Amino acid sequence: MGMTITEKILADHAGREKVTPGELVTCDVDIALGNDITAPIAIKAFEGAGAKKVYDTEKVVLVPDHFVPNKDIASAQQAQIMRLFAKDQKITNYFEVGQMGIEHALLPERSLTLPGDIIIGADSHTCTYGALGAFSTGVGSTDLAATMITGKIWLRVPETMKFVFNGKKKNKWISGKDYILYTIGKIGVSGALYRAMEFTGSMIEEATMDDRFSLANMAVEAGAKNGIVHTDRKTLDFINSQDQKPSREYKVYESDDDANYHSVHEFNGDDIDLQVAFPHLPENTKPVAEAKNIKLDQVVVGSCTNGRLADLEVVAGLLKGQKVADGVRMIIIPATQKIYKQAMARGYVETFIDAGAVFSTPTCGPCLGGHMGILAEGEKCLATTNRNFVGRMGHPKSEVYLASPAIAAASAVTGVITDPADIAGE
Amino acid sequence: MGIIKGKCWKFGANVDTDLIIPARYLNTSDPVELAKHVMEDASPSFAGKVGKGDIIVADENFGCGSSREHAPIAIKTAGVSLVIAPFFARIFYRNAFNMGLPILECEAAVKDIVEGDEITADLATGEIKNLTKGNTYKAEPIPPFMMELIDAGGLMNYTMKTMAN
Ligand code: SF4
Repeated sequence: MGMTITEKILADHAGREKVTPGELVTCDVDIALGNDITAPIAIKAFEGAGAKKVYDTEKVVLVPDHFVPNKDIASAQQAQIMRLFAKDQKITNYFEVGQMGIEHALLPERSLTLPGDIIIGADSHTCTYGALGAFSTGVGSTDLAATMITGKIWLRVPETMKFVFNGKKKNKWISGKDYILYTIGKIGVSGALYRAMEFTGSMIEEATMDDRFSLANMAVEAGAKNGIVHTDRKTLDFINSQDQKPSREYKVYESDDDANYHSVHEFNGDDIDLQVAFPHLPENTKPVAEAKNIKLDQVVVGSCTNGRLADLEVVAGLLKGQKVADGVRMIIIPATQKIYKQAMARGYVETFIDAGAVFSTPTCGPCLGGHMGILAEGEKCLATTNRNFVGRMGHPKSEVYLASPAIAAASAVTGVITDPADIAGE
Repeated sequence: MGIIKGKCWKFGANVDTDLIIPARYLNTSDPVELAKHVMEDASPSFAGKVGKGDIIVADENFGCGSSREHAPIAIKTAGVSLVIAPFFARIFYRNAFNMGLPILECEAAVKDIVEGDEITADLATGEIKNLTKGNTYKAEPIPPFMMELIDAGGLMNYTMKTMAN
C-alpha cells in the first residue's frame, strides 16, 4: 500500500519508512511561525518553562501583522513582547513594520516555506503553504512554545480526502476562491475535520499559484488539518522567481498511485459558479446569481486568502474608470510590501484611489475585526477574507459575505452583490 | 485525575473562536481580562453568570476557527472545569489538552443534558453522570498520549520532562 504526499512528508520528518493514519508521530519542524497575537502567549510559556534558546534562529519566524501598525496601547505592548524576544533570541526572520506583510503571503515571498517542508504556525491559516506541496498546519501558542524549544511537534497522521477538480473553469472570473468556497459548501465546516485535503485534477494543474494559495488557505474552514497541492513546474517557477532564494534544500513528494484515501470527491468545472458564502458560516455558499442585489455598506479586498497581486490585478481591471457606489466604503489592503510596490508600479493604486477606494499598508486589519474597517451594528460587508462568523469584522450584529476579488470589485461599483460579468459588459 | 462535578451551560453547534473570545479583546493576553469576555458574542451575560467548576456542553465542532489559545484560556480562567461536545475543532482540541483544559467527546450527553443540569464526569473512564436526571453517558476515551499530557499538567511540563530525560 502506497502513501499520500501528506503521509510521506510526515514519515520522512519522523525518521520513519512508513506512517499510517491515526498514528501519533513526532516530527522535525522546518518552520515554526508566530504572530503578534499568538507569539506573546508562546513566549510566556517558553520563558515560564525555563527555556533559554530557540532551537534554530532561522527557523523560528515571527511576523507582527494582525494589529500592526499598532492600533492601541495594549496591542503595542503585545507587539513589543515579540519584538524584544526576537532581538534577544537573535531571530533572523522577524519582520518589523515596514518589512512585514500578512504572514501567509510574506513567507512564500521570502522563500522561507518550501515544498516537502513541515511548517507549523500559531495561526490557523498556516495551512496556506500546502499550495507549495508542504505539510503545514495551524497550532496553538503552547504548541509553538514547545516547538521553539525542541524543533519538534507531535502530530496525529491524518487520513487524506482527495478532491479532484475535473474539466475547466466556466469563465475567466472564476478563481481558487470559488473552488474552495464551493468545496466547503459541499462538505461543510467540519467536513474534513482532522483530515488532509489533497487537491488535484486538471483545474488545479491549470490554476495559478495565487489560486492555489487561496485554495489551501481555506482548508481550515472545512475543519482540515492541512490542505495540499502537488509541487509542479509552476511551483518551482514561483520559488525561482522570488528575489530571495531558498537558504535550504527541499524535497518534492508525490502521492503514490496506490495510496489509501479516506474518500475521493470529484468535482466538475461546469458545476462551479462564482461563489458567495452567506453569514455566518463559510459553508453557507450560493452561486453569485442567488446573492445578487444584497445591499452593501463596505467591501474589503485583502487578507491571507486574497491580498495577492493577481487579486489586486482583477480588482484594478474592474475598477478602472469606474466609481465605488455611493454609500459604500471600499478598503483594499495588499498582503505585503512587495505587492504594495508592484501595485503602485502597475498603476493599480491610482485606479483604486480614483475610483474612491482606500488603499492601506499591509495588515490583517478588518479580516479579524482588528482595525482599519470595523463594521457598525446592522452593516453588511462583502470581503475577500476567509471567515464570516458572528462579529468577525466588528459588531456582533454586522454581516460578512465571503467572495472572490472579482465579485468584490463588481459589488463595490454597484453597491449590491454583483456578478463581475454584469459590469464588465460581457 | 479526580471526578469533575458542575452545573451545565448549553451552547449550539459550530461555536467558533470569535464567539468564545472576539478579536477585539485580543490586544491583551492577560487571562483575567480575557475571561471577562468569555463567550460574549454567543451569550453576552455568560461571563457574569458562570461559576467556578461549571461545565460547558455544546454541540458539534466546538472551537472552530482561529488558533487563538486565548479561547481555552478564557474558558479555563472563567472557572469552567470541563467542556463536552460531540466533537471539537482540531486546533481547539490540541490547545485544550496542551494547556490542561479537560474536554470530553460525547454526543449522547450533549443531546440529553439541558441547561442547569448537574453532572459528574470521570476523565479516566469517560463516564458522565447526570445527577439531575439520573442518566449516564459514556464519552469517547481520551487517547493515552492526551492522558499523559493531562497527567503531566500540559504540554510545557511534558516537554521539559521529556527533555530532561
Ligand atoms: S489575514 Fe485574516 S485570516 Fe489571514 S492571518 Fe490575518 S487575521 Fe488571520
